[in-house]
Amino acid sequence: METVKTNNYEVEVKNLQISFGKDDVLTDLSLSLKKGENLVVLGKSGSGKSVLIKCIIGLIDPDEGTIMVQGNNISEQDDNNLNLIRSKVGFLFQSAALYDSMTVRENLEFPLRRQNTVKGKKLTSLVEDALENVGLSDVIDKMPSELSGGMRKRVGLARTLILKPEIMLYDEPTTGLDPITSTEISSLIVHIQKKYKTSSIIITHDIACTKNVADRIIVIRDGVCAAEGTYKELENSGDPWIRSFFE
Amino acid sequence: MNQANTTVVAFRNFFQEVGQLTSFLVKFFKQVFVPPYEFDEFAKQSFIVGYKSLPLVGITGFIMGLVLTIQLRPTLVDFGAESWLPAMVALSIIREIGPVITALICAGKVGSGIGAEIASMKVTEQIDAMEVSGINPFKYIVVTRIVATTLMIPLLVIFSDFIALMGSFLAVNIKSDVSITLFITQVFDSLDFMDVIPSLIKALFFGFFIGLIGCYKGYTSSNGTEGVGASANSAVVVASLLVFIIDMIAAQITSLFT
Repeated sequence: METVKTNNYEVEVKNLQISFGKDDVLTDLSLSLKKGENLVVLGKSGSGKSVLIKCIIGLIDPDEGTIMVQGNNISEQDDNNLNLIRSKVGFLFQSAALYDSMTVRENLEFPLRRQNTVKGKKLTSLVEDALENVGLSDVIDKMPSELSGGMRKRVGLARTLILKPEIMLYDEPTTGLDPITSTEISSLIVHIQKKYKTSSIIITHDIACTKNVADRIIVIRDGVCAAEGTYKELENSGDPWIRSFFE
Repeated sequence: MNQANTTVVAFRNFFQEVGQLTSFLVKFFKQVFVPPYEFDEFAKQSFIVGYKSLPLVGITGFIMGLVLTIQLRPTLVDFGAESWLPAMVALSIIREIGPVITALICAGKVGSGIGAEIASMKVTEQIDAMEVSGINPFKYIVVTRIVATTLMIPLLVIFSDFIALMGSFLAVNIKSDVSITLFITQVFDSLDFMDVIPSLIKALFFGFFIGLIGCYKGYTSSNGTEGVGASANSAVVVASLLVFIIDMIAAQITSLFT
């Protein structure tokens, strides 16, 4: 099976609608992610930002609309094709989602062992390199419970990067972290974009992080894209509600 | 009118739950025989379910055999049938008490452990993380645990039966003097094929349903951390109830062949 690339957009979402029971979360959302850019999605809590990226990776099925990832319609893929597409997409969860019964080393080795493509010394060296990239070489044999929130996020990032994704999805990467660690994570996101040439969607309501990482920003309100632009454009928006995010 | 509505909702929820459990069961059978097989995780789960339950199952089995023998002795002495004590205890333990008590202990220890572990994996997005890494979480988490409980609980039952008979031997020797050889001879004389095999088949079903309910309750958990406790709790309650229901059905089926 092969996936196809048909246009310049890494991710293209058109007229996405999703509701949970009687709650309409996204009503008509469209966006696109260009190759190599960092797109920040802003919005109030509960506005459907996390739902949006879970739809993009195929964890949630939308009610209506299409989601194209590298030219492939996510809703039309069987499990094998979906896994192939997912192998090109990295996802950093809000809670980092480290497997708490495994050490940091095992967490990083786990997806690679399942793919069965890398073994032995090469596997060890990949794990060590990935941890070095996030500045955490010394925690390799620790359990996730022994790590701080910032360290867990970095290990989660290393586990994602070890699969060499072309697209990164970050779900609130700085939530719950102190300002210094938040800045470090933001710098890491920019570093990853430059080093691995990734295209990223970053879900956040942390304005400092937005300022550091965003090439382009969209703001979600009432389930639709309420505004789109660069940090400067939206900071000076005529809409007081949009401006309030940047104050 | 309100009470009628509540009853309707309760019935609807019950059948909804049964439907979801059936679909979960079908998914298990669809995936259990299809490669790739997760042997490492299966071995790890077998170690947790089997080896780590040995002390609890052993102590309970020993007390069970000891107490049963002490309680039965006066009645058998009244009827002048004290020599039947080893045979009677062996039949009770192997046919009924050994499998049921072991299964109930495992429903509590293993079922709740599986329910809570999987539910907390769900709450902390670990299951989603597996899925986005291209790993089949159902196969890795659910299939391995159900197969482990199905195979380990019959082994625990055999172990528990053996320890219970040792407890019984000790109790017999408190008031009389019976050699181990005579005790074992009396035990094996009283048992036949139709006592041991149905008991082990029953244990296989106990193990399967304890694993299935634990996994189902954990995998379908909701409401965050509150849901973790609820999943563990309902895994124990439902699995324990199912142990008795399976036991009742097994007794009926076995009686058709004896």
